Amino acid sequence: MDILSLFVVIPVLTITAILFLKDTRQVRLVSAFGMGLQLLMAALLVFLYLTARHAGNSDEMLFIRDYLWFKSLNIHYAVGVDGISVAMIALTSLVVFAGIFASWEVEFLRKEFFISLILLATGVFGFFISIDLFTMFLFYELAVIPMYLLIGIWGSGPKEYSAMKLTIMLMGGSALLLVGLLGIYFNSSPDATKLTFNILEISKVVIPLPAQRIFFPLTFLGFGVLGALFPFHTWSPDGHASAPTAVSMLHAGVLMKLGGYGAFRVAIFLMPEAAHELSWIFIILTSISVVYGAFGAIAQKDLKYINAYSSVSHCGLVLFAVLMMNQTAMNGAIIQMISHGLMTALFFALIGMLYGRTHTRLINEMGGLMKVIPFLSVCYVIAGLASLGLPGLSGFVAEMTIFVGAFQHHELFYRIVTIMAVSSIVITAVYILRVIAILLLGPTTNEHFEHLPDAKWFEKISVITLIGAVAAIGLVPFWLSTMIGTSLHPIINKILALNPF
Amino acid sequence: MSLGTFLIMRHELLLITAALLVLIAELFWNPEKKKGISHFSLILFGVITIIGFLPSPEGSIFGGMYVSSGTRLLMKNILNIGTLIVFIQSIGWLKKEENVEKVSEYFLLLISTLVGMNFMISAGHFLIFYIGIELAIIPIAALAAYDRYKNKSAEAGIKLILSSALSSGILLYGISMIYGTTGTLYFNEVAALFGNTNLQILGFIFFFAGMAFKISIVPFHLWTADVYEGSPVNITSYLSVISKGASVFILMIILFTVFPVIIATWQKTIFVVSVLTMTIGNLFAIRQQNLKRFLAFSSISQAGYILLGMIGGNQLGMASIIYYILVYVFSNLGAFGVVAAISNAKGKENIDDYNGLYHTNPKLSLVMTLALFSLAGIPPVAGFFGKFFLFTAAAQKGFYLLVFIAVLNTIISLYYYLLVVKAMFISKSDTPIESFKSDISTRIALGICIAGIVLTGFASIIFEVIRNLSFGV
Repeated sequence: MDILSLFVVIPVLTITAILFLKDTRQVRLVSAFGMGLQLLMAALLVFLYLTARHAGNSDEMLFIRDYLWFKSLNIHYAVGVDGISVAMIALTSLVVFAGIFASWEVEFLRKEFFISLILLATGVFGFFISIDLFTMFLFYELAVIPMYLLIGIWGSGPKEYSAMKLTIMLMGGSALLLVGLLGIYFNSSPDATKLTFNILEISKVVIPLPAQRIFFPLTFLGFGVLGALFPFHTWSPDGHASAPTAVSMLHAGVLMKLGGYGAFRVAIFLMPEAAHELSWIFIILTSISVVYGAFGAIAQKDLKYINAYSSVSHCGLVLFAVLMMNQTAMNGAIIQMISHGLMTALFFALIGMLYGRTHTRLINEMGGLMKVIPFLSVCYVIAGLASLGLPGLSGFVAEMTIFVGAFQHHELFYRIVTIMAVSSIVITAVYILRVIAILLLGPTTNEHFEHLPDAKWFEKISVITLIGAVAAIGLVPFWLSTMIGTSLHPIINKILALNPF
Repeated sequence: MSLGTFLIMRHELLLITAALLVLIAELFWNPEKKKGISHFSLILFGVITIIGFLPSPEGSIFGGMYVSSGTRLLMKNILNIGTLIVFIQSIGWLKKEENVEKVSEYFLLLISTLVGMNFMISAGHFLIFYIGIELAIIPIAALAAYDRYKNKSAEAGIKLILSSALSSGILLYGISMIYGTTGTLYFNEVAALFGNTNLQILGFIFFFAGMAFKISIVPFHLWTADVYEGSPVNITSYLSVISKGASVFILMIILFTVFPVIIATWQKTIFVVSVLTMTIGNLFAIRQQNLKRFLAFSSISQAGYILLGMIGGNQLGMASIIYYILVYVFSNLGAFGVVAAISNAKGKENIDDYNGLYHTNPKLSLVMTLALFSLAGIPPVAGFFGKFFLFTAAAQKGFYLLVFIAVLNTIISLYYYLLVVKAMFISKSDTPIESFKSDISTRIALGICIAGIVLTGFASIIFEVIRNLSFGV
């Protein structure tokens, strides 16, 4: 058993253990134990990865394991990681761990809830360790389906509608993706003798340009749907608003990152020529995502909707940066994924906790919470400041890098879209500060709010885990950007080879 | 020709023997204990299924009218497994008061149809093929009317026999044109003499239309929903899985071996009917309330997906079709098994009746969910692999547009499969189906289905074996 497969095996074992539990109170302990173990494993993986790199191992992917699965189609179960996937795995395990504690008080069908939640996490972990397109796609779909039950059963508001909309739209994305992947597969070998799904092997051949022109947009759109690319982002606000806390955390924090990760790992890495040719279309779309999402957030009154639109904006920025196709911007894209993942998970966790106390998510019904529940309020302010890119927190590092990278292009088109995207920072500041002002400061509007209890121990674990990570990236971003930067080299080299700037 | 060469027909001979034994058993069995016949038949059939897997000689007899090859033997074994599951599922239902007196008829008729299908699969000549197809369908019509005191059941029987008579007429008309233009009915001779004349194409179109009736491909699907709804659930599941699987298989074999010359023609035909079948099957399924009608339309759309494996005329396509039929046997029988269990215990067959089922009968709900996910092609269950291979086979020959339409259709199908899941898990009900314990035979059958759904996908060896036996145009 290799270390990477353990990231799939541990959740599966946890699920199996939960299945056999009689007492539902033990369920959350077992889940917390399993996911805590996963978190330790992630830390170990980061350590092992850095050690291996330090020792001079300069392979593109480390810890590669490859098992032949379907011989005739040359489908493998192949795993391997570079710095980017290691970072994403660390992010996932943090968010899942915090998510378990954020859903400590789920009562209804508790067993099923944790099973579905961990199943979702299994899919995400599997996706990030895969280097074979088939297994990657399998895990991708595996991650989408539990969402339906999680939102449908444990959600709130128009949950059945939102769950169905989310599932259908994401599966629609995977439909585009499937055709794209098959197209890549059948063009993965010049003389069609050794077709393969292995990303590393495909990256060594040049897929014919006519094929790229068809399959790049399909693949990019397929992942783009998950990354809330305008105009396919509509599932995201409804889905996030209806989902239970931990699911919103996991979904906005991690699952949407699958889109960004896949877009550059599969679409751009394997088909750089077409990406170069067609990127302008998607850059326009992503700029719209960025600005439109931010404006959408201003207009909303429901906390979850505000945060969901803010996610559309931030994830749009990830895709925007990926499409800039240079070292600095892509570096920023990865940091933005991690930073937004942590930050948005923090937001959703806090919103869930606030809602559990005030029983409302409408901002104008709340006010003056800072005096009543200082711990949660301060955390909310920290999350907000990270989100609007305050130096010292993770958001600043990410956005700064992205915009510097985007500005390295000299053409007028890139200048205009970059300036448009930069404007989102200001808009973000508007809605974040507005929420903080109404929600936390001022007099307490509702007398019922005078006696709200502050965070409980499990809520503190959840929140502190995430804040610690946000601050860590903000204060010492260099180890992260080094880890990502070296891993970006093969991708950047491939792009540069065809078009030196 | 020595007596030994008859052993090539081992599957058919065994089945005929079994049918005769059931008949004899019926004569001498103590009328007080007629329930025992079902156990006797079940064990008999189980033994036959196992014997089917022993290595068997290949070759042809009767001057090439009957052909046996690895692929065909494999298909017969898959049909045997499916029929065995149907038999196990129906034990509980056969114990009912009104069914006890006609237990042996049930087994006798079902085994006869299976004999017909086996002959059809092994045909090397259009006459044998035709005899097989008739033997396969007429006893099912009798079985569709098994609940003879119910109007709907009798109606289903009549509808099935009339529509299949019509389709056989069309089929025969096509075959006669093929005979008229080539002067032979042997598959290999027709293949050699087949040209591209208009009359021959017309003959092929009639032949294809006749087969389309049997597989219930749009626009020849209109009988399906009514027959599926009226027949007893066990017969419906048999019709939708075994009967359809056998017909799809032989259509594929004939297209690949008899009509390779006009591959361009049948590729166009299949393209159109496949898109129609998937789309119409799916759109109609959305509106259904009765689960049997629901599964009927779902099975129509499944036939549309299966055609994707045929269109390329490639080895991968044949392998993926056979593999998909195997997966489909487990998934659809799993879904029908749950419907049958609830229908037999509580008499409820509507989707609304399933509201809140998870809270009263969690295990049945889980089986149903897995089966539906497998039909929808959701990982990690086998349906995902089956669909993936079908799509890969079509993409290999460049039919990306068709693959795209098919994948969009799987999204539509996911929508209505999720409606059932929603009913079971999410919807609340004041009068849910009470908790009940299904009988042992149902549980065994569902257990086999679940094992199949989960293992067939991961165990790549199954696909590899099938692929090595397959061939392309």
